[in-house]
Amino acid sequence: MSEHRIELTVNGRRHGATVEARTSLGEFLREELGYTGTHLACEHGVCGACTIMLAENGNGGQAVRSCLMLAVQADGAEVTTIEGLAEADGSLHPVQQALRDNYGLQCGFCTPGVAITLAALTADGARPEVEDLEAAMSGHICRCTGYQGIRRAIRQLTGTAQPAGEHA
Amino acid sequence: MNAGVPFRRMVGKRAPRKEDARLLTGRGQYTDDVRMPGMLHCVFVRSPVARGMITALNLEAARELPGVHAIYTHADIGQVPIQLMTFFFTPIAAPISLLANGRVACVGDPVALVIAESRAIAEDAAALVELEIDEEVPVVTISDAARGALVHPGTESNCSQEMGAAEIPEAVQAILDKAAHRVTKTIRHQRIAQSPMEARACVASFDGAEELTIHISCQSPHFVARYVSTVLGVPQEAIRVVAKDVGGAFGLKNMPWREEMAVIVAAKLFRRPLKWIEDRFESLTASSHAREQEITLTAGFDAEGHLLAAHGDCSINNGAWPMGEDCNIAVHMFMWPAYKLPAYSFHTRGWYTNTMGLGGYRGPWALESLIRETLLDDAARQIGIDPIELRRRNLVRREDQPMTTGMDITVTDITPYECLEKLLSEVDVAAFRKEQAAARKSGRYLGLGVTTYVEPTAVAGIMTPLTGETAQVRIEATGKVTAMLSTHSQGHGMATTMAQVIADRLGVAYDDVTVFDSDSAIGSYSPGAAGSRQGVIAGGASWRAAELLADKVKRIAAHLYNASPETITIEDGMIHIAGAPEMSRPLREVAEIAHGEPFRLPEGMETGLEAQYRYQPPPMTFTSAAHACMVEVDPETGFVSIKRWVSSEDCGTIINPGIVEGQIAGGLAQAIGQVLLEEMPYDAHGNPLAATFKDYLMPAYTDIPDFEYLHANTPSQTIGGMRGVGEGGAIIGPPTLVNAIADALAPFGPLDVALPLSPHRVLEHIERAEAAVRLEEAI
Repeated sequence: MSEHRIELTVNGRRHGATVEARTSLGEFLREELGYTGTHLACEHGVCGACTIMLAENGNGGQAVRSCLMLAVQADGAEVTTIEGLAEADGSLHPVQQALRDNYGLQCGFCTPGVAITLAALTADGARPEVEDLEAAMSGHICRCTGYQGIRRAIRQLTGTAQPAGEHA
Repeated sequence: MNAGVPFRRMVGKRAPRKEDARLLTGRGQYTDDVRMPGMLHCVFVRSPVARGMITALNLEAARELPGVHAIYTHADIGQVPIQLMTFFFTPIAAPISLLANGRVACVGDPVALVIAESRAIAEDAAALVELEIDEEVPVVTISDAARGALVHPGTESNCSQEMGAAEIPEAVQAILDKAAHRVTKTIRHQRIAQSPMEARACVASFDGAEELTIHISCQSPHFVARYVSTVLGVPQEAIRVVAKDVGGAFGLKNMPWREEMAVIVAAKLFRRPLKWIEDRFESLTASSHAREQEITLTAGFDAEGHLLAAHGDCSINNGAWPMGEDCNIAVHMFMWPAYKLPAYSFHTRGWYTNTMGLGGYRGPWALESLIRETLLDDAARQIGIDPIELRRRNLVRREDQPMTTGMDITVTDITPYECLEKLLSEVDVAAFRKEQAAARKSGRYLGLGVTTYVEPTAVAGIMTPLTGETAQVRIEATGKVTAMLSTHSQGHGMATTMAQVIADRLGVAYDDVTVFDSDSAIGSYSPGAAGSRQGVIAGGASWRAAELLADKVKRIAAHLYNASPETITIEDGMIHIAGAPEMSRPLREVAEIAHGEPFRLPEGMETGLEAQYRYQPPPMTFTSAAHACMVEVDPETGFVSIKRWVSSEDCGTIINPGIVEGQIAGGLAQAIGQVLLEEMPYDAHGNPLAATFKDYLMPAYTDIPDFEYLHANTPSQTIGGMRGVGEGGAIIGPPTLVNAIADALAPFGPLDVALPLSPHRVLEHIERAEAAVRLEEAI
């Protein structure tokens, strides 16, 4: 089994490590670096729970499934995991806040991936339409919420609806 | 109730969830996040065939792989005596062992357990295990089970449980024979993979000879401690179970099963902490499944559509190793309490087959609502009466209660009729019918499903594991409040709702209350999440414990400040004395004295500020609901799109509407999955055919509409007046959607209900009807 030396930045911190070629980025982040907020739920690229943000060669952050990418492929990349989303002072990222305001999570296992995808699509002042964010959510499975709170969070993020469920 | 404590209105508020601060920032602690010094990783070798004798199990090559520490088979694990139990703490009847003992009885049967440095190495080693099985023809379906070989040689029959009789009793038959209208309906309910996003997981560590620590993805650390203790026959005080965060459970995780128990036993034998994390392939094919059942219901009505009698016959495909041999008697028990039905008889059977065993799933008896509510719609069409009117004529109303219906279930405060009327105030049925008629003229098929149901929640004191709940509440010397609960959350938000209750009843700020509920070392026994109980029973326990504590604070304050206890109130963490605003004190002052200056307390009073209450609620607390769903079915593609869904439920006192609606929505999403998408099929050789989330279709964002909620708030007879709401959506959801689809497709004749109603099946239905029309025209 071949081993490779990689260097990458995770949540602004530089890390160097030797990894087996077969180790997925998700497993590496969890097992080697301790970023256990990244959850591996299907490990075949369908559920989206393991989504992280990846920037390479000056590209803006893209939402990437860390179960479908090998750690060696992230050599030189800048990775943002769920642990890196909130401000240093603890204040939540607007996506995290919108999910919290709208009961967008229950068990929380799929949540890191959902939050990262929404954060990647709203990064750098991007103003996506509701439809863009909803289309991206088709790549995430949540077993608890029926997606109701995620949908309200998307409306809050795009300024298209009232927060919370005071409609009833 | 204590009228002296001001109601702070946290109960009923959409308080932000306390859990979210950690779960949204990646700081949760799920079982796979637990690391222990010296911990090794486990992977199971599983049977690739459904049935046969193991003729060779060669571990040599696997054992030689660097990083492999041990490979255990039944010969090793079986040295530790165990007795696997059902959820009800009765012995499993099947000849079960943790790892296969010579025979395999389903695909996925665990055969060996690899222990290695890493999960990857353990998986490599598992692939090197040479397993040979002399394959036999498996028994896969219920009809196979009735005719085929014994799944467990040595047992008497593949029918492991049977209640009632196939013959309809004369008394019921006589009524059915004379009925003006007789309606029969059959439903085939597919097999479901519960599929929590976090699959099963555990870490087991034997600490010295007499202590065992288990981190496990479960529904109650207390239940797991009791279960492991019972199965292993070791004293429970040696076992500590921790489940800080659980990534969904839905009934699957209400008890540890063969894999978790095998890992625990292996940890005992190998004397190193062991971790097992189930992967998705295993979760889909080798975690206990749910639901696979067939039911036929016949009901007789008089000329005006009043129910006269009914007979139900149900069979359940339990698989080889169910978490309990079960014939789902609850389907029959809870079929009719909401309706005035003079006579009901039933026959119900549970069958062994060479498929994965069944376990729990949200609303395990939900088939009763599905068959009853779909039959009522069929009956309405047959009798020529509006389906809503048919329900109005038969539902139990407030003035009918108390009423004992069907199977000796007495209802005293159910409100399905009232929920229905409330629903209809929001849903304009007449306008929909007009739209539907117009749409049909242009070849568009719209449908409306309206259903009602009741559900027993918070069952306590009538079944072994289903007990009351304990709340321990204390005011720390800092004035902050800590509560320790016997209940448990897997996303239910107990740290939020229980803090709301305690803040209200104690008179402190919501932010000052912290709730712990994830460790068998705190609280007391309870089954955690089981049968929609947490809000009701843990809520009642928290409610009363906080009141008891408030009383103590008042007695101390009265003594300290020379006032009478009745004049004292606690609000926002401040103690006030009526008529003496200058005497207001922070609660912290009393707390400091209670903890640190015992000589200042009233004579004989216990020091500290804590109270404990174990709440034993009524045996059952009923929740009622009525739902409406509107769909459009595309006759070209067979796709069903849900246009609107309105829930009108009565779960009594609502602690947090955001959390109540979240429970309803989650259940409805699972219902939509069951009706339209999800299926774990088996082929004739006993192979499970949905091994990934590409094959097992979980409901996705675009499959689920916006739900609308109407809440009735009829207080129950429990402390606080709550009613359970965890399972309801998964129970009333399926018939609501099926009825809407059947209504849309009514021009094509009665819908054969075999779930899921996939586009393929919907098209088949349409094409069959069109072929019949063509045939008629040809003749």
